[in-house]
Amino acid sequence: MTNYEIVSREDFSDVTYLLEIRHPMMARAAKPGQFVMVMLNEQGERIPLTIADFDGEKGTITLVIQAVGKTTRQMQQECRVGTSLYALVGPMGVPSPISHARKVLCVGGGLGVAPIFPQARGYKEAGAYVIGVVGFRNKDLVFWDEKFRDCCDELIICTDDGSLGIKGLVTAGILQAIEKHPDIEEVVAIGPPIMMKGCADSTRPFKIKTMVSLNPVMVDGTGMCGGCRVRIGDQVKFACVDGPDFDGHQVDFDDLMMRLRRYTKTERKALDHWEKGCNLDKTIASSVEALIPGQALTTV
Amino acid sequence: MREQDPIERSRNFEEVACGYHPDDAMRESERCLMCPDQPCVSGCPVGIDIPGFIRKIGEKDLRGAYDIITETSLLPAVCGRVCPQENQCEGVCTVGESLEPVAIGRLERFVGDAAIREGWVNIPYIEANRFKVGIVGSGPAGMACAADMAKAGCEVTVFEAFHQPGGVLRYGIPDFRLPNAVIDAEIGNLRKLGVKFECNTLVGRLFTIEQMISGMGYDAVFVGVGAGYPTMLGIPGDSLNGVLSANELLTRCNLMRAKEFPNFDTPQPIGRRVAVVGAGNTAMDAMRVCLRLGAEKVYCIYRRSRKEAPARAEEVHHAEQEGVEYHWLTNPVAVIDDGQGNVRGMRCVRMELGEPDESGRRRPVQVAGSEFDFETDLIVYAIGTNANPIMGQTSKLELNKWGYIQTDNSLATSMAGVFAGGDIVTGAATVIEAMGAGRKAAASMKAYLGIRDSALPYANGGEKLFGIDLRERNFARVRVA
Repeated sequence: MTNYEIVSREDFSDVTYLLEIRHPMMARAAKPGQFVMVMLNEQGERIPLTIADFDGEKGTITLVIQAVGKTTRQMQQECRVGTSLYALVGPMGVPSPISHARKVLCVGGGLGVAPIFPQARGYKEAGAYVIGVVGFRNKDLVFWDEKFRDCCDELIICTDDGSLGIKGLVTAGILQAIEKHPDIEEVVAIGPPIMMKGCADSTRPFKIKTMVSLNPVMVDGTGMCGGCRVRIGDQVKFACVDGPDFDGHQVDFDDLMMRLRRYTKTERKALDHWEKGCNLDKTIASSVEALIPGQALTTV
Repeated sequence: MREQDPIERSRNFEEVACGYHPDDAMRESERCLMCPDQPCVSGCPVGIDIPGFIRKIGEKDLRGAYDIITETSLLPAVCGRVCPQENQCEGVCTVGESLEPVAIGRLERFVGDAAIREGWVNIPYIEANRFKVGIVGSGPAGMACAADMAKAGCEVTVFEAFHQPGGVLRYGIPDFRLPNAVIDAEIGNLRKLGVKFECNTLVGRLFTIEQMISGMGYDAVFVGVGAGYPTMLGIPGDSLNGVLSANELLTRCNLMRAKEFPNFDTPQPIGRRVAVVGAGNTAMDAMRVCLRLGAEKVYCIYRRSRKEAPARAEEVHHAEQEGVEYHWLTNPVAVIDDGQGNVRGMRCVRMELGEPDESGRRRPVQVAGSEFDFETDLIVYAIGTNANPIMGQTSKLELNKWGYIQTDNSLATSMAGVFAGGDIVTGAATVIEAMGAGRKAAASMKAYLGIRDSALPYANGGEKLFGIDLRERNFARVRVA
């Protein structure tokens, strides 16, 4: 059985972290826009994560994760260099069609900053003039700006509080870029649904083709459950096998956001259950520490 | 056969049918007439020597019975439980013309369970050849094909996209109908034959069929990935929260063990009043799972009548005993929302049966002005599946107009060395039909690779050349001493 070993880890902030995982075959097969399904342990759930980078020579893939729910928080706590994931499947989904557009705008916001990177690099390799727009809440949360500068001809950083780059949302960055470059042929946007909706709305008046990468609730990621169905124009598509990239001007974002709230209550319950377990562990640890000093770390 | 009490069992995930006591099995075996024309054998998709194994049960030789079954079938404990016997062996049983037919399925299960309990496994003498065979999908078709190819001496690897092998047996069929221990035992038997399982491998995306044949050194590939792209009804309100496919419900509950939430992380949608649309085996499974998860009411909504319901008769009966409320001749027209994106109810119309359609079943027609609403908070669609698009997206395999893989009569696809069978060729069918397809593809694969197939009959005077049956098409490797 393949062992999905974590070979490096980097913490960008108290919620965002990077995991580099060994999987030589996947590293060779992966293309921009694809995702993986991850299971942390045997009792875990399958969560879809977009591939943020892949290195065929090193044989690794990179995931950038935000600790928002039970599984991602548990991963933040347990995934150390040298440990392994229980399951890692992929690459899944239809790769992004890297076209021969001459001028492209790649937009990443929040958890979408990392996954937009392979797209930007892909367009650069295809010979396009690439303008990157990345958005963060503040200066301290900024990561990978050097990596983006390497593959973008221009980079616009947006922060909510204006502590770095321009003050405002990524849509402000988009408008600034379009103003300067009226010949932008394509926009690719990845991020939270509300941000992608904003991007699609801001490019609509200019009639620039805008692709977005959707992230609905999934179980299997192979087209089998239909949980990830999304409305694209008047059609229903499965994001896992028909996407995850779709024409942003056609996507019904309200439907997507409504469906993302489907398991909010149970997810909350899972998180509470887990946190309770953690506190219990801490209690045990401190009592062990009290009895046998120096033992607590190895016990828990 | 003893069964768990309906009310009690509708709250647990233990197996419903408890299996025969040896005395009952003996008594049942004596009911077989051992008739000479053996209609049951031709009624079985894999042609098990049914009177043969029943005779052995009568002789109290269970090991002998197991040996006879495993000559043709791989998974007696599975098939005895999930085959629709009433349309196959038991449907044509001579005894059944005047009395209840011999309970062939239950007897088969009795033998299969005994084998698991005693740890019997029939591993023939296998002489390794130099062929490498890749099997895509670890469901019933893939398992059957893998067994035959391993027995023929090939090095067999089965690829599975999920983290556990078994395909629909694992994610689809619930524990109370097919316990996980039974699947584990059957997979264990395959491993003993030398079959390797590679889970977490999505063929098509991680590597393609073309790569398997050209770069990875597989001499032949069998594609048995199943159909599994669930159909939604396409009525208003389809995308509301609380509407889901039976595949999603069952996968969460069975494979991901969401029923043990929060000890397992996957959330399980639980309804107070559940409406399941469809009346096939999957619909029955979905309804009975919902009851066990604590639903107060479970309705079955089906647009035809009970007679046309495609589920096994036993499942329809079991579900009814457990409290499922059937609404035959009822067709959903809309899902009603609560104003916050959740399901509140369903709007249906009454149907009546008209003229027979191309499938021979009478076509349901809407009764004018019969619209009515009812309250429900979870709606499960179990109305069939379409072809999964991954194989088509990632290979040059020829597909038919519905997206299923195009094969000839020998189950060969448009690509040399690649064979396909099961739901991805025929559309949704049964476990035993998929197994039958897996075995048929294995026979064609052996002919393609030039492996002598001892399963082909030699004696009955087929055309021969140098003493070799022509149907074997085994001319490549004749060696002259």
